[in-house]
Amino acid sequence: MPTIAVNLNGTQRRVEVENRTLLVEMLREGLGLAGTHVGCDTSQCGACVVHVDGVSAKSCTMLAVQADGASVTTIEGLANGAGLHPMQEAFREHHGLQCGFCTPGMVMSAVDLANRNPDPSEHEVREWLEGNLCRCTGYHNIVKAVQAGARAMGGAS
Amino acid sequence: MSGNGSNGGGGNGHGGNGGDGGARNATGIGASVKRKEDARFLTGRGRYTDDINLPGQLHAHILRSPVAHAEIVGIDAKAARKAPGVHAVFTGADMEGVGGIPTGWLIHSKDGSPMVEPPHPALATDKVRYVGDCVAVVVADTKEQARAAAALVSVDSKELPAVASIAAATAEDAPLVWDDAPGNVCYDWEIGDKEAVAEAFANAAHVVSIDVVNQRLVPNAIEPRAALADFDPSTGDYTLYTTSQNPHLTRLLLGGFVLGVPEHKLRVVAPDVGGGFGSKIPHYAEEAILTWTAGQLGRPVKWTCDRMDAFKSDTHGRDHESTAELALDADGAFTGLRVSTKANLGAYLSTFAPCVPTYLYGILFAGPYTTPAIYVEVKALFTNTVPVDALRGAGRPEATYLLERLVEKAARVTGIDRVELRRRNFVREFPYQTPVALQYDQGDYDATLDLALDAADWDGFEARREAAAARGKLRGIGVSTFIEACGIAPSAVVGSLGARAGLYESGSVRVHPTGSVTVFTGTHSHGQGHETTFAQIVSEMLGVGFDAVEVVHGDSARIPFGMGTYGSRSLAVGGAAICKAVDKVVAKGKKIAAHLMEASVEDVEFAAGTFTVAGTDRSLTIGEVALTAYVPHNYPEGLEPGLEETAFYDPLNFTFPAGTHVVEVEIDPATGEVELVRVACSDDVGRIVNPMIVAGQLHGGLAHGIGQALLEECRYEANGQPVTASFMNYAMPRAADLPSFDLRHNTTLCTHNPLGAKGVGEVGSIGVPPAVINAVLDALRPLGVTEIEMPATSQRVWQAIRDAAA
Repeated sequence: MPTIAVNLNGTQRRVEVENRTLLVEMLREGLGLAGTHVGCDTSQCGACVVHVDGVSAKSCTMLAVQADGASVTTIEGLANGAGLHPMQEAFREHHGLQCGFCTPGMVMSAVDLANRNPDPSEHEVREWLEGNLCRCTGYHNIVKAVQAGARAMGGAS
Repeated sequence: MSGNGSNGGGGNGHGGNGGDGGARNATGIGASVKRKEDARFLTGRGRYTDDINLPGQLHAHILRSPVAHAEIVGIDAKAARKAPGVHAVFTGADMEGVGGIPTGWLIHSKDGSPMVEPPHPALATDKVRYVGDCVAVVVADTKEQARAAAALVSVDSKELPAVASIAAATAEDAPLVWDDAPGNVCYDWEIGDKEAVAEAFANAAHVVSIDVVNQRLVPNAIEPRAALADFDPSTGDYTLYTTSQNPHLTRLLLGGFVLGVPEHKLRVVAPDVGGGFGSKIPHYAEEAILTWTAGQLGRPVKWTCDRMDAFKSDTHGRDHESTAELALDADGAFTGLRVSTKANLGAYLSTFAPCVPTYLYGILFAGPYTTPAIYVEVKALFTNTVPVDALRGAGRPEATYLLERLVEKAARVTGIDRVELRRRNFVREFPYQTPVALQYDQGDYDATLDLALDAADWDGFEARREAAAARGKLRGIGVSTFIEACGIAPSAVVGSLGARAGLYESGSVRVHPTGSVTVFTGTHSHGQGHETTFAQIVSEMLGVGFDAVEVVHGDSARIPFGMGTYGSRSLAVGGAAICKAVDKVVAKGKKIAAHLMEASVEDVEFAAGTFTVAGTDRSLTIGEVALTAYVPHNYPEGLEPGLEETAFYDPLNFTFPAGTHVVEVEIDPATGEVELVRVACSDDVGRIVNPMIVAGQLHGGLAHGIGQALLEECRYEANGQPVTASFMNYAMPRAADLPSFDLRHNTTLCTHNPLGAKGVGEVGSIGVPPAVINAVLDALRPLGVTEIEMPATSQRVWQAIRDAAA
């Protein structure tokens, strides 16, 4: 089995994986990072979104070996030791989550948007979230949270 | 089904403020407190079923039928059993002697005969009856090994003709799903006074009729179903972790009816659950298969559904075809309503399936109107499709859609303004006894309507229509006014109608020695925020800090027997049980306080966490009283130590949330694309404990209802093959498909539960679909389009425009 080197949530790791192991399987089953979720098998729902080298990626649609040499951030590592990342705090403040299952992917996707666009319009947020499904919130409060989180991130940096 | 509207479990004794916010304290009833749940969900520390792993666990793969209807001639699993990592392969023959999956309701037909209730073996025995039916379970060291070995199971079967739609099931000489269900009829049910309705039609000034389809939907909670079963051979104890909205109901059905395991040897845990929407109410075959398999192997066995299998095995919703007629007098008063519905129940009877198109449907047809004579008949049919059960609203969206489409059409036919026609028929005197069993306790439908029209700027619409027309767009506005029947339900009433369970709820309140509190509820939170809402209630009622209250749910080993969460019942029924338990705690606390302060119990008052002797400055905090209860050195004679109480609350009546939803759309005639430009809602959901959470519930329901109106449809080929079995071909609402929502509240309190709560979880999916379609038809009417079915996709709208022009 191949061994890959990843910087996972700030820690350099060497992980043995099968060739066919998906990145999300390595995270959830291999490393016990169960915060990244799987909600479909066609790359549609976005519950599995993580950051690979700082950019959002669907970890169900990537082989673990493709992350060799990369830096991977999951929801567990987003706040980097702090209580909550500004985007997580915005989701809490604006009730942008209900059952919590889509939430890790939503938050990771939203952070990527905010990194690109510090003050996204409602329309821009809705278009950006095309790859993230939520069945609970109707997106209303997620949109508010992403906008607020993006502004907070801009203010924080 | 009438309730005693005047006095329930304590009147309106709890919660000092109205339902419109304005909490007395920052974390009490009426405050938008941030949720306790969020920290774990936002940091990846939620604990869903698939996140749980037990030492030595094996992995199961369920082999499902690839055809809709076939006779199983034989199953050869020899090769699979020899495959790498495989521990066992079990088929229906292995599970012989294990009970079938039961249904929770018995419905009787018009002629008094009981419904046809076919067996439902967890693993198919002689026949498979839908694509997705469970055929075998393969258990291996890894899920990859189990999946690979399942491909080696050879099923020798003889395919049979299938029926995959209502039309096919009711065709002459249709193939039978069940040999003992002639015509594929499960039951042929009725409610109401047929003769009175006939008389109303004979004397009507206007008669309006409509045919509608309420299409089949797939619930699609984003967390797929999963189960992890364990068995300890040394104790005989079973544990099942499962994605359930009601762990006790699952335990009752699984233990009592399927496996024959007594309750004290079967623990069912529904940990964090990623959405339910009705699809996680039923007791599923996979739960029985996993638990039984764990018992056979003496090891934990885990199964997680993938999305494609979820489309083929999670219960579906809706799937009705109906004809309805409304009789009106010359002034537009509704005088009679006649409804005839065919409901597709799928291949087997799921837990709540028989009740959804009957007692959650037929009884809704008065709506907010005074129609004096109503008759509803429902023919429920078996087909070779996934079983149908509750889906957000369950029966009530189907009834509301039909009624509000019909009322809208009546306005066109009679020439009476559509808002005025509704207003002319509103119920205004309460309690109001409908002709279809329900008795409404309270409401103010005029106020709710006025609020929504104002929010939607209804009067300014024509100017917006003209402005849109100048841009080449078709603009339309639609309205629906509706009631719901929630807070299910009075046990004796539902028992008399065919429920095989009670529908009360339980709550326990444990005040710890130093004054913090743990609340145990029989409801289950899978997004609704009970850990926050119930803590707000107990915190305010006991006068302890919000952070000092913890809510526990979902584990049959920790909570008292409860019926779970569905039917917008958790606050109205579960919250009421908690209030009753708090009342008992306070009553006992008064005895302890009276003893300590040397006063009579009658003179002790309790408010804001303090027991006071009336008219004096003598007082004790609840913390001091709690400590005394656990350190009872100076204590009332004969009183038990401890400060912990359990209450069961059986509702006296249904609750009746009501609302008006107004939707404005703009349609591009070149493409048929429908843009939602405004969704304005006014709802009366009774007491609001946490306005932030209530708004979130409304948003989610609206998205679900809009999804049905514009996007979602589960389709089958004629041979029973599902066409929509992934998110690539089943259109889930996405962020860009939806607008932001404008929500208003007009609150009247429920008269018969302690909180005055009515329920909010299903409002959007019940109220908004007809408003959307009425708006679409309003936009298309100038082109001559008068009918359109859900979902009003751009293709369907474009086709309707073309057909009207032809």
